[in-house]
Amino acid sequence: MKKTNRFFVALTSMAMAAALLAPSSVFAADTFKIGGIGPTTGGAAAYGIAVRNGAEVAVQEINEAGGINGYQIEFRMEDDVHDAEKSVYAYNTLKDWGMQLLLGTVTSDPCIAVASYAVEDNMFLLTPSGSAVDCVAEDNAFRVCFSDPDQGAKSAEYIGTHDIATKVAILYKGDDPYSTGITESFVGEAPNQGLEIVASDAFIGENTDFKVQLQKAKDAGAELVFLPIYYGPASLILQQAKEIDYSPIFFGCDGLDGILGIENFDTSLAEGVMLLTPFTANAEDEATVHFVEAYEAAFNGLIPIQFAADAYDGIYAMKAALESFGATPDMDASELCDQMKTAMTEITVDGLTGSITWEATGEPTKEPKAVIITNGEYEPM
Amino acid sequence: MNKTEEYQNEILKKIKNKERLNIAITYVMVIAIYAIVQGLVTTGNISNLLKGILVPTCVYVIAAISLNLVVGFSGELSLGHAGFMCIGAFTSGFFSKAVGDGLPDGFRFFLAIVIGALFAGIVGMLIGIPVLRLKGDYLAIVTLAFGEIIKNLLNVVYMGLDSRGIHFSTKSSMDLGLESGGKKIIEGALGISKIPKNSTFTIGVILVLVTLFIVQNLIHSRAGRAIMSTRDNRIAAESIGIPVTRFKLMAFTVSAALAGMAGALYAHNIGKLNTSKFDYNMSILVLVFVVLGGIGNIRGSILAAIILTALPEMLRGLSDYRMLIYAVLLIAMMLFNWAPAALAFRERVREKLPFGRKKKEVE
Amino acid sequence: MNFSTFMSFVSYLKDGISLGAVYAIIALGYTMVYGIAKMLNFAHGDVIMVGAYISLTMMTKTGAPPVVALLVAIVGCTLLGVTIEFVAYRPLRKASSPLAVLITAIGVSYLLQNLALKIFGAGPESIRDEQKIISGSPVVLFNGQLAISRITILIVICIIIIMCALTWFVNRTRRGHAMLAVSEDRDAAQLMGVNVNGTISLTFAIGSALAAVAGVLLFSAYPSLTPYTGSMPGIKAFVAAVFGGIGSIPGAMIGGILLGIIENLAKAYIPSGSQVSDAIVFAVLIFVLLIRPAGLFGKNIQEKV
Repeated sequence: MKKTNRFFVALTSMAMAAALLAPSSVFAADTFKIGGIGPTTGGAAAYGIAVRNGAEVAVQEINEAGGINGYQIEFRMEDDVHDAEKSVYAYNTLKDWGMQLLLGTVTSDPCIAVASYAVEDNMFLLTPSGSAVDCVAEDNAFRVCFSDPDQGAKSAEYIGTHDIATKVAILYKGDDPYSTGITESFVGEAPNQGLEIVASDAFIGENTDFKVQLQKAKDAGAELVFLPIYYGPASLILQQAKEIDYSPIFFGCDGLDGILGIENFDTSLAEGVMLLTPFTANAEDEATVHFVEAYEAAFNGLIPIQFAADAYDGIYAMKAALESFGATPDMDASELCDQMKTAMTEITVDGLTGSITWEATGEPTKEPKAVIITNGEYEPM
Repeated sequence: MNKTEEYQNEILKKIKNKERLNIAITYVMVIAIYAIVQGLVTTGNISNLLKGILVPTCVYVIAAISLNLVVGFSGELSLGHAGFMCIGAFTSGFFSKAVGDGLPDGFRFFLAIVIGALFAGIVGMLIGIPVLRLKGDYLAIVTLAFGEIIKNLLNVVYMGLDSRGIHFSTKSSMDLGLESGGKKIIEGALGISKIPKNSTFTIGVILVLVTLFIVQNLIHSRAGRAIMSTRDNRIAAESIGIPVTRFKLMAFTVSAALAGMAGALYAHNIGKLNTSKFDYNMSILVLVFVVLGGIGNIRGSILAAIILTALPEMLRGLSDYRMLIYAVLLIAMMLFNWAPAALAFRERVREKLPFGRKKKEVE
Repeated sequence: MNFSTFMSFVSYLKDGISLGAVYAIIALGYTMVYGIAKMLNFAHGDVIMVGAYISLTMMTKTGAPPVVALLVAIVGCTLLGVTIEFVAYRPLRKASSPLAVLITAIGVSYLLQNLALKIFGAGPESIRDEQKIISGSPVVLFNGQLAISRITILIVICIIIIMCALTWFVNRTRRGHAMLAVSEDRDAAQLMGVNVNGTISLTFAIGSALAAVAGVLLFSAYPSLTPYTGSMPGIKAFVAAVFGGIGSIPGAMIGGILLGIIENLAKAYIPSGSQVSDAIVFAVLIFVLLIRPAGLFGKNIQEKV
């Protein structure tokens, strides 16, 4: 029953050789080549697509306004399916393309893997949304979003100083580094803020039933449920809390932004939800209004989430840094990276996610905004 | 010796020679691919993408060959192969990080591979003892269950090392109570990071050859023939006194150990481990390699693993349609390779082609 | 045990049943196709996802009432199921290994997910109360100590109806007898004049129609829909079907409900149980299969030479 598939093997191997061997790195010296990596397929696709869209809006704006130092930008996003191994493939593909600067990767775990390769190549890396501590462990790596421990501590601090609640329950995603990272620092900071953690529970994988965890929080008498998770499962948690007749204050981080943008979502469920986020799509400052309009026009009325804003700011941060030392596209990636490392610490970007400056460690300094959802809209608190 | 016996011996000899030739072709193929690729690497005629994909391809080739031992030769459907890879990856990664610079790189990596294979083999044996009593789809679901259990449990494992020894917790890395100089090694959902990147293409190919050697020898040994006899007819095999379960357990354990080796190679290539990589989708992917390449066909497994690992990368030009086209191609290849109608059509085409092979009598 | 801990136990149990009911309704379709066509249809979960998307699109784009949307979803999924069977599975029915069709099913699953990603986008979609097939406040028992949501009640009723209907159909009609014959021995059935291809098509049609119903109910119970929504419940339902004895219709229901109960009680009473609840479910499954190798209700067929 041996099956010899010479036909098909011959065909595919020929195609493979052609595709893999063709040296595609043509160094066109008249444009800056910025690569992006993130999941545009698979379970985390919503985040990767948002980053791609946000970056594209920024790139188009910049190019229309004359580019960086008079040079146009080319942006190319490669898919990593939220997988470290595929992310490295994407990184290599972009290197073959001639990438000079990297905007990515979108998710933490792949980002850590790619960062370890980027540092060997001395490739400048700016992750829009890789929030795990290790993402920017190397000196060539910077990020736009807050780090996980930062968000956890800031949330605890905010709840404590504003006397929002004292009895707190946490519901986090146990197999997600983002969620466990925030939780760990929140738990560490809580005692300093006089918060008592009465219940702490997790869920994993694609599970969609949280009634047991909510019931436990309810039985423990939690006044506030802290949700360091993304908006998809959070929308289900709100629904199920209503079903078991439990109405604590829900408090989340930037992952929760996007909950109002879920298509067909009954926003009354999210009434009173508080979140600490640097970006809200319905903020009324000029920059945000302008961005949201451009984004909706370009992508069929899609409402931008925080990932898109981070990517948009990321591109503008690169622009500011490149302009500060008069970069030209004929500089190679390593040369650019050496200059970028210092340039990043000297710039200030007034972006959608606030006014941002960077430390040499790669961490951004910006102020989170606390918002509360009232009548289906974000209101500043 | 009478005429019939002589004739029988003749045939047996012919079959044996054919087997030997078949094995030799597989080795030659692997070495030839290695030589060509290595040649391209040294002359610099190779893209970064291809350079980066070499070691993972070796990982999948090893995984596919080892799974073929269970699926093809033992005739059991296992959906938990990723679990064994996971154990190999995590134990070897833990070892390398714990030892750190205490041992020279090469020797440490060698030990890490041995440890990964050993642990995966032991777990494979422990799982195999109860599981191999089951049959067919029930065995499939139980192996899938074990794979998921391994992944889920590793998600709540926190381990660290300091001067007082190894610390363990299931809560968080803060609960480890490490001294200030201690290092966290396994951090629950974060997995292990910064594993030394010792894997190279050459080591990968050596491990592929080791796998081939072990699997080929096992198949063509007395035990191997016994295993295949149980696949073809379990009851008949039992009735002539073949210890069916013992041989199946042996194949299952060897397969798990080799998967562990693949996991170790993976861990020391990417440097960052996370349990979610080793979920049932990975097990299914390895099974896809085996079935697409032909069940029981080692060379087919190797080629299918190579092609299907490279295919999504080749399709990158299609951007958003990439995975869609990948799915269509996978279905098309399956139909082309397995559908009786397609096979008959290919046979007809082959006969008509002037350089086509004649239909063989012994297959 | 005092009254309030008892009530919270009852409440966990109830939540387990409502979760299990969702697994059960998916498992029914799984087990049906497995029993007759003898294949693990890994794409079943994704047909469910398609069903949910069809009904949602009908309601948001044309404003159709939920019942009409459900009917459209049933028709759509039936067509989809029969097409998949015809294009991807039928050519492999006589392949030399049953694994070939399993792998093709995985390919179909990838295809459906990526098609949905292309058509509906990656962001999650929700459903409003008035678009649910049933809505309204939960039914309250014991002075408000226990609240049962209406969707749970509806799902349980649906399961019972579907179960009875399937059992009647298989055992009492000509077509049903043909299915049994095909399930027992395909070649013999063909010799006896049963239209094997037609019967298997019909099985896929019924299985996919059930998937549409399951999809709409799943989406009403857990209103978050992405192109990947179907895969995890699909796997869980597969486990449930095996648990109950794959191929057995009552087995699928009992298996599903037990699975939901075990999962929820593990979350509630085992330390860090919510992190390892899946592991516990799988461990129980292994334990059951080791004692009863063909599942709770499965027929253990003695192998003959």
